[in-house]
Amino acid sequence: MIAQKQILVLISLTVVCVASIVFSLLSGSVDITATELARSIFSSEPSLSTQVLQEIRIPRTLAAFVTGGLLALSGAIMQVLLRNPLADPYILGISGGAAVGALSAILLGATGFWLSNAAFAGAVFSIFLVFGIANKFGSWSVTRLLLTGVVVSAGWGAVINILLTTSSTNNVQSMLFWLMGDLSQSSVNPAHYLLLLVGLVGGIAVSRSLNVLIRGELLAVSLGVNVQSLRLLLFFSASVFTATAVTIAGSVGFVGLIIPHMLRLLGARDHRLLIPSCVLLGGSFLVLADSLARTLIAPQQLPVGVVTAVIGVPAFILILRSTIRK
Amino acid sequence: MANLKIQSLSLHIEGKTLCHDLNVQVGENERWGLLGKNGAGKTTLLHALIGQRRADQGSIELDGISVYDIKQRELASKVGILFQQGIEALPATVFETVMLGRHPHAQSLLWDDPQDIEIAKSALAAFDLDQLQERAVESLSGGELQRLALAMLLAQTPQLFLLDEPSNHLDVAFQVKLLSVLTNKVVETSASLIMATHDINLAFRFCENVILLLADGESIVGSCTDVLTEEHLSRAYGCHIKSVSSGEHRLFYPA
Repeated sequence: MIAQKQILVLISLTVVCVASIVFSLLSGSVDITATELARSIFSSEPSLSTQVLQEIRIPRTLAAFVTGGLLALSGAIMQVLLRNPLADPYILGISGGAAVGALSAILLGATGFWLSNAAFAGAVFSIFLVFGIANKFGSWSVTRLLLTGVVVSAGWGAVINILLTTSSTNNVQSMLFWLMGDLSQSSVNPAHYLLLLVGLVGGIAVSRSLNVLIRGELLAVSLGVNVQSLRLLLFFSASVFTATAVTIAGSVGFVGLIIPHMLRLLGARDHRLLIPSCVLLGGSFLVLADSLARTLIAPQQLPVGVVTAVIGVPAFILILRSTIRK
Repeated sequence: MANLKIQSLSLHIEGKTLCHDLNVQVGENERWGLLGKNGAGKTTLLHALIGQRRADQGSIELDGISVYDIKQRELASKVGILFQQGIEALPATVFETVMLGRHPHAQSLLWDDPQDIEIAKSALAAFDLDQLQERAVESLSGGELQRLALAMLLAQTPQLFLLDEPSNHLDVAFQVKLLSVLTNKVVETSASLIMATHDINLAFRFCENVILLLADGESIVGSCTDVLTEEHLSRAYGCHIKSVSSGEHRLFYPA
C-alpha cells in the first residue's frame, strides 16, 4: 500500500466532506450567505441566521453525517462478515425490527424520544433474535447467519405490512416517511458521535484482519486471524451501528450498500483505506442528499431515503461503467 | 526451527477412522510426502496440524507445545499452508494478495514495513510473478493463481510448509519447476515440508520420507525407498500399482 496515494485520497474525501457540510448549512428556506455563515460561527452576536443555524441546520447536518457514516461503515463490515457483495446494513433484519418498533410507537401516538427508543429496542431485539437462532446449534456459519437474517427480515416485512394496512391514513404518512428514512425529526447526542468515532478507530484497528478475512475463513485462520472472535465482534458492532443509524433517521436505504462498493470500485480495497473513506464519503453523501431533500420541492420535504436512491443509482452506474471500460 | 511431533494420533470423521495411532516426527530440513487415496484423510490431517481439526486421540506438538495451545498468530508465523482450493479470484491486485502472506508478521496496524514489502516482492519473483504485480487477480489463469498462492505461502516465511495438492492446475513443466523452487527455499531456510499429493512420482522425486495413509486407518511411515513399494501402494490405492526403477529414479504407474 502506497502511503502517499492513500493520504491523497483521504484529503480529497475530507474536502468533499467539508464542502457538503457547508452546502448543507447554506441551503434551506431562510437564505444564509457564506459571509453570514462565517460571522455566526466566529461571533456570538445573536441574529436570525445564527438562530436558524444553531437550532435547525447544524444539528440536522450533523445527524445526517453521523447516520451516513455509521451506515457506510456497517455496510462495509457486513460485506466482509457475510462475504457477500449484496450485504448491506439491513440484510440481517435489524432495520425490520427497528421499523416494527417505530411503527408500533407511531400507532400508539408516540413521537421524538419514545419513537427513537422504540426503534432502538426493536433493532436490538432483532439482533439477538437473529444471533440466537443462528447460534442455536453450536457453531454459526456465515450461510446460516445470512439465511436466518433474510428470513427474519421477511418476517418483519410482513408485520410492517400488517401495521401499514391497518393504520389510519394520518399515521400511514408518518410511517412511510420513517420507512423511507427521514431526518426532519432527527437529533443526535454525544453518544452518537462517540459511537461513530469508536467505530472508525476500531474499524481501522481491525482493518488488516478484514483484508484477510474477506479472502476466506480458512485462509484467514491459516494467516493467524482469530476468526471466531473477529466475526462476533464484526456482527455485534455492525449491528449496533445500524441500530443507531435507524434510530436517528429511520431506514435510509442505499448508503450502506453503495458507498463501500463505490469506494472499492474506485480502488480503495484495502480496509485501512476503505474504513475511514466509508465514514467520510457515507457521511458526506447523506448530508448532500438531505440538503436536496429539504430544498428540491421546498417548502415541502422529501424523505432523504428517496434522494439517496435518486442520486445514488446513476452515480453508481456511472462508476461501474467507467471502471469496467478500463 | 520447527520440530513437529505427532504422537498416537487418531482422527475420525463421521464414524470413519481416517488415521489411527499415527506417529511421525518431522525435523528441521525434512521433506515429507503425504499419500493416500481420495478420502483417506490427507487434507483432514493437514488441517489438524494447523489446529483446525481436533485430534480424537493423541497429540500434535510443535517444538514441544500442543498446536491447540499455541496462539493463532504465533502458529501462523511458524506454520504455513497451501490449501487445496488455492486462492479465490476476488478483486485485488497480485501484490495486495501476496502481502497478505506477511499478515502474521505485521508489526504496525497501519503501515507496511519496508522489509515485509521486500520479502513479498522476492516471493513474487521466485515464481516469476514480479511482472504481474499490478495485475488484477481475477485476470490470472489457473496456473498463475496457483503460483500466486505459492508465492503468498513463501512470503509467510513459515518454518513448516504444509502443501495440499500443490501441483493442482500446473502443467508438467511447472510442477517440477515450482516444486524445485519451493523445496530449495525450504532447504535454504532450514524449514521443513509436508506435501499431500495424488502424484506418487512427484512425492518420490521431492521428498525423502512419506506418510502413506491406508484405507482402514492404518498408516505406513518411513523413507520413500522403504514405503513406496508396489505392495504398499497397491494396498493403499486398492488397485494394482507397478514401478520401474532406473538408477535412483523410480516411476510408478497403475497396471
